[in-house]
Amino acid sequence: MVFLYRKGVYLRITVLTLILIILAILSLFVGVADVTVADIINRDIDKISLIYVSRLPRTATLILAGIGMSVSGVIMQQMTQNKFVSPTTAGTLEAAKMGLLIFFIYTPAAGVTLKMLSAFLFTFLASIIFLTIVRKIKHRNVIFVPLVGLMFGGIIGSISTFFAVHLNIVQDSNAWMMGDFSAILQGRYELIYLTLPAILITYFYANKFTVIGMGEEFSKNLGLNYNHIMNIGLFCVSLTVSSVVITAGAIPFLGLIVPNVVSLIFGDNLKKTLPLISLSGAIFLLICDIFGRVAIYPYEVPIGVTVSIFGSIIFLFLLFWRKR
Amino acid sequence: MIEVQEITKQYGDKVVLDKVGMQFNKGKITSLIGGNGAGKSTLLSVISRLLSQDGGVVLVDEKNISEYKSKMLARRLSILKQSNHVRLKITVRELVSFGRFPYSQEKLTKDDVEMVDRAIDILNLKDIENAYIDELSGGQKQRAYMAMVVAQDTEYILLDEPLNNLDMKHSVQTMKIMRKLADELGKTIIIVLHDINFASHYSDFIVALKNGKIIYHDTTENIIREDVLKDIFDINIKICEFDSKRICNYF
Repeated sequence: MVFLYRKGVYLRITVLTLILIILAILSLFVGVADVTVADIINRDIDKISLIYVSRLPRTATLILAGIGMSVSGVIMQQMTQNKFVSPTTAGTLEAAKMGLLIFFIYTPAAGVTLKMLSAFLFTFLASIIFLTIVRKIKHRNVIFVPLVGLMFGGIIGSISTFFAVHLNIVQDSNAWMMGDFSAILQGRYELIYLTLPAILITYFYANKFTVIGMGEEFSKNLGLNYNHIMNIGLFCVSLTVSSVVITAGAIPFLGLIVPNVVSLIFGDNLKKTLPLISLSGAIFLLICDIFGRVAIYPYEVPIGVTVSIFGSIIFLFLLFWRKR
Repeated sequence: MIEVQEITKQYGDKVVLDKVGMQFNKGKITSLIGGNGAGKSTLLSVISRLLSQDGGVVLVDEKNISEYKSKMLARRLSILKQSNHVRLKITVRELVSFGRFPYSQEKLTKDDVEMVDRAIDILNLKDIENAYIDELSGGQKQRAYMAMVVAQDTEYILLDEPLNNLDMKHSVQTMKIMRKLADELGKTIIIVLHDINFASHYSDFIVALKNGKIIYHDTTENIIREDVLKDIFDINIKICEFDSKRICNYF
């Protein structure tokens, strides 16, 4: 019995991995410049370097951002015990933006490390504040918590806008947050690999994050150091969100939809569902990006737009399905 | 053995526990009774380190619970609150498996799986082990949580009003399982109960709280007496003997 059950899980993972590989290969060959497999076999230097400099970084970023944002979403949902919390609905993205803004104001010439650090610190702080607010709320209504998060994000966003207006960089700061994978080139995307340690930590702590989702008293009874795991969660989420925002901009909805769809079908045992969440996140983002590249060829639809459109359709579907 | 010494807990000006001290007998069922706000649940939460006290100490096997590593304490003492608020969609078997968390955090060993099987068996959950807990009835859910506590295999089991939301059949079932755990596996069980007849029927000892103080702590037969109960609950209770068990009529 146990074996059959496992087999089912492995089968799903295998199928999803295959889909991901096919989409990744497709992503390498879709774009304005025409590259075919034959070019690679014929060792066409220009075409191969195009793949190496642009397409490969883009595909890698898409996969890592897809995994990172979905995993961050599910971790935030576990930490707040609320299915509607995600980087979009908890002020996390706005905080990253503020971090970038502060960096831009004070040390625009400094390197990318400092930029990363600034975004990371702000997302980390904002997440701590949000969690503190959530803990203080007496009636943890399912809808109330994400509403508080949206308001919190609104406040952070308006402060950023205030400074941006004063410094005349509103357009710049909006452009940072516009999810866009078309500008990703070798040498400018490597920060995305910072999501890897965060994702790995999440895997090693899968059971602990499931227990966290059952609440503080539940965790304490099972001898879990609740605050310690919460801090690790905060660290992983902040690291992932800030590196994704810096490399590709904000990708809305992803952290909300993917974990919810997976949870609806396969439940909430992260040990079992984390691989599914990661793979689905990467697949979803790849599909959105490839669609954006071919929809108004030779131009591109920004990823934020495609994700929002597909995302809202799935989300509406999800809401109605839940009601049934 | 669990021992509490001079436990004090205050919320603002309101004293909820006032220098409570006592020892709980090993291998027995001790019921905590008393009116609303008497401090029963607070005492249980303090003993199980879910709530920190303002003064006094809790000793588990002669060691202060604050000196235990959280994981080690979780192998000796488990607490089940009225916790039907877990919103996660996990199966009964997965929930019960989390009872083994204090022993093997990320991967279950063969022994762990055996313990989980045994717990599922004791609580009669075999036929619904793969059902999601959010699809279960209140009684089934309660049984699933208790199976988790059984799988946790602790010497001491603390339960906060486990009969809430249960119908008569499931209440009796629950208490019979508690009896079995105490008599056959030698577990020490501390349980907050509202229904005096369940306390009378199934517990070995009864502790009565009133206004944050322990006013009685004795064997069940010494507590289930008309004068004592009147003192505890401030209402007149008639007691009849039935099949050598005492039944309280307070209606």
